Amino acid sequence: MMKLDPKIPPGPLETKWDRRRFSEKLVSPTNKRRITVIVVGTGLAGASAASTLGQLGYQVECFCFQDSPRRAHSIAAQGGINAAKNYQDDGDSVGRLFYDTIKGGDFRSREANVYRLAQVSTQIIDQCVALGIPFAREYGGQLANRSFGGVQVSRTFYCRGQTGQQLLLGAYSALCWQIERGQVTMRPRTEMLDLVMIDGLARGIVARDLVTGRVSIHTAHAVVLATGGYSNVYYLSTNASGSNVTATYRAWKQGAAFANPCFTQIHPTAIPPGDAHQAKLTLMSESLRNDGRLWVPTMPADHRCPGDIPAGERDYFLERRYPRFGNLAPRDLASRAVKAVCDEGRGVGPGGQGVYLDFADVIGQQGLDVVRERYGNLFDMYQRITGEDAYHAPMRIYPAPHYTMGGLWVDYNLMSTIPGLFVIGEANFADHGANRLGASSLMQGLADGYFILPYTIGHYLATAKLTPVGEDHQESRAALQRVTSRVSRLLNAKGCRTAASFHREVGQLLWNHCGMSRNQEGLKSALTSIPALREEFWRDIMVPGSGEAFNQELEYAGRVADYLEFAELLCHDALHREESCGAHFREEYQTDDGEPQRDDSRFAHVAAWEYREGTSPVLHKESLAFEFVQPTTRSYQ
Amino acid sequence: MKFTLNIWRQKGSDERGRFVTYEAHDVSSGMSFLEMLDGVNQRLIVKGEEPVAFEQDCREGICGSCSLVINGIPHGPDRGITTCQLYMRRFPDGAVITIEPWRARAFPIIKDLVVDRRALDRIMQAGGYVSVPTGGAVDGNVLLISKDQAETAMDAASCIGCGACVAACKNASAMLFVAAKVSHLALLPQGKPERTSRVKAMLEAMDREGFGSCGNQNECEAVCPKRISVCFIATLNREYLRAGVVEPGLPAEPESPHAESV
Ligand SMILES: Cc1cc2nc3c(=O)[nH]c(=O)nc-3n(C[C@H](O)[C@H](O)[C@H](O)COP(=O)(O)OP(=O)(O)OC[C@H]3O[C@@H](n4cnc5c(N)ncnc54)[C@H](O)[C@@H]3O)c2cc1C
Ligand code: SF4
Ligand code: FES
Repeated sequence: MMKLDPKIPPGPLETKWDRRRFSEKLVSPTNKRRITVIVVGTGLAGASAASTLGQLGYQVECFCFQDSPRRAHSIAAQGGINAAKNYQDDGDSVGRLFYDTIKGGDFRSREANVYRLAQVSTQIIDQCVALGIPFAREYGGQLANRSFGGVQVSRTFYCRGQTGQQLLLGAYSALCWQIERGQVTMRPRTEMLDLVMIDGLARGIVARDLVTGRVSIHTAHAVVLATGGYSNVYYLSTNASGSNVTATYRAWKQGAAFANPCFTQIHPTAIPPGDAHQAKLTLMSESLRNDGRLWVPTMPADHRCPGDIPAGERDYFLERRYPRFGNLAPRDLASRAVKAVCDEGRGVGPGGQGVYLDFADVIGQQGLDVVRERYGNLFDMYQRITGEDAYHAPMRIYPAPHYTMGGLWVDYNLMSTIPGLFVIGEANFADHGANRLGASSLMQGLADGYFILPYTIGHYLATAKLTPVGEDHQESRAALQRVTSRVSRLLNAKGCRTAASFHREVGQLLWNHCGMSRNQEGLKSALTSIPALREEFWRDIMVPGSGEAFNQELEYAGRVADYLEFAELLCHDALHREESCGAHFREEYQTDDGEPQRDDSRFAHVAAWEYREGTSPVLHKESLAFEFVQPTTRSYQ
Repeated sequence: MKFTLNIWRQKGSDERGRFVTYEAHDVSSGMSFLEMLDGVNQRLIVKGEEPVAFEQDCREGICGSCSLVINGIPHGPDRGITTCQLYMRRFPDGAVITIEPWRARAFPIIKDLVVDRRALDRIMQAGGYVSVPTGGAVDGNVLLISKDQAETAMDAASCIGCGACVAACKNASAMLFVAAKVSHLALLPQGKPERTSRVKAMLEAMDREGFGSCGNQNECEAVCPKRISVCFIATLNREYLRAGVVEPGLPAEPESPHAESV
């Protein structure tokens, strides 16, 4: 029977983390040298964790599927990273960042975790500056800040529109140092395909060398997953095309609980989908909403050019619905508001899937040059993709799957329900509840990797009884066997459909039934369609080439196979949660004017799902106690 | 739209490669270059043939994965973008397009259009970092950095490590890549303590990996998707000279030994 013990330290919120660190056991420097830790992933979370563990003296074996650790998906983050520095003296504090994050997450996250995140946020900025990250500066030489969706203070640090790139290159450089020192062994182009469990503990992984195709066992004293999110289950998303659910999903099948999988964030401002060949959706940074105004024509099916529509016939729907936050309303509300006006037939552009994001006012007030300096690269990007000039006509935007709040369940120490398996970054579920605020994922990834995991894993390693294990252990062999038989099954199906065609189909299904809004009927129908599609996949998939060579189609097909199972888990979770909270909007639970209805009496819990072979997943609940903040209706009106 | 593609196919690093011609049908002008290739690959897979291997991930010009030489130019005909940011509206209908991998001694081909760029990582491991441990950093505002200086450092730090500069250089030199990292860190106070050893170690690693020397032809800058300026190569040379003066034993010639004498 699975037990969910969040291991939250008792006592005042402000001192929980200090007390936990003090009470934790430490590993002696000599012993650290004899301990191996596997870190899967080199995004912000993985690279910061692997480098810090290496620097502490552990032997680290680090994996990523890209050709270089520097190319992890974190590289694409644009907008910025939050920290409660209060450099602007605008009323920010650790307490306020904590409160904003809890409220932004619609009271579906753990107080203790979120408070700790806000506490360490300030250290992250200092660490990043020390690593040589060229943050934007004021003329006086101080660090610059901007405000970002859903909050009223300026606490976001940034490097032009490339914050993720610079933070990742910083963490990557720290990783390079540890590789050079021999503390970290880096294995790029190596994909984890299963978890090795021995005596109920995570003791290693099975990975495939993507160049030679060789499948091998890697054992260790503990395993850290930093494998990112699963937005690509929707096929089209803002994520890099390689991002996938395989690592966390396979760990789930070995007994790690998966928490809140249905909490998937749909970002309001992406470039609308074009034709059927489209491979990804491009995000337009949220920072655009600081100056751009969202609107649609008041009349449905109004095909006039935007410039010909007079002010009186425009509906600035976010300003109308959320007067206090206006165009800066949080992502979940903004996305649904966009969907609502498009559903009313007032959407613009091909297929009516789009709304205007208009800069005419700010250009009028502050001039073209100011706008060009602020957003030039984004306007260029928009023009390159759409062929349209947003300086002279409004941009068109539409929501896109972007981030997954759900992930493997972890306790306060970031350990999953499998002892020895730690999960950090977007791959875990911990800090963002039902909705993530802008610029807080980079913060969480680096908090986990630089400052939290390196402490908490020490306690586990100091206290767990870990006998030596090797590749020839029967459990290692069994895990290897699971992987090789799956690979050959994919290669031997020799059907006539491509992995992409299945991916697109399951993605469309989820988008329709478990996307921006959900209802019981849709979810039930998805739950019957998905298994059928999965059967067809295994019957009809075509993967050319061999398993003993570089074979990108084989990699992809394996990931799609996992989406086809995981999609079902997502729908189960969405079906069970009979309330609307954050990014999860169940149509049955809304007020007369379309605002979500949260149900704290029945759903103030984390839904952690356990894998059972051959039957539906089993639900476990971790109830969320709010000792320090009072859950309120999350109003931005 | 319709295109004829001459694509380099090579089964593995030890095998001989050759150009194979493919037709790309049903291409729309709003498709990206990589989406056009996806389409070609989908048709190959359905026929049971191996798709063309090429690298990509973010598809928005930031990860540095994509790496195609298109009609002889790394990242294609337009300046300041990566392959994944190239759209088919850029090509006339019916055009013949040649697609090759990065070609450089230090970048062995893995398959088709995919090359091994780990040499760039190894240059970074030699010294492309500030060796500061996690924890104990001073407050971020203790050292003030002027806006201009931060912006110039950011210009250099924008390098995505794609390797196009190497592919464009007739000597397959990685000078622009190394210059970007050395300059980024040399421009900031945090990078100063190690600037002498850094420049030396990174240039040595570059030589060790089999990259050629700089011929001052500036082809690198012309193809760089992030428009990294060759001025940073001058900064790199200055850093190297300075290292020679500060640390006896290093040659302190007026010309950098990495500039080819013409
Ligand atoms: C376009 C875009 C813009 C964003 N902008 C912002 C922003 O401005 N601010 C913000 O806070 N957040 C932003 N986000 C969100 C943020 O970028 C991500 O949530 C975050 O970077 C995730 O980091 P990570 O370290 O958890 O995982 P990732 O960066 O996704 O890294 C995952 C790593 O795991 C590896 N991996 C995965 N599976 C396997 C496997 N099976 N075997 C081996 N290796 C594996 C990958 O190779 C990779 O190294 C943005 C996201 C997108 C898509
Ligand atoms: S300098 Fe430019 S071309 Fe060279 S690796 Fe960096 S981004 Fe690519
Ligand atoms: S795919 Fe990332 S830069 Fe082109």
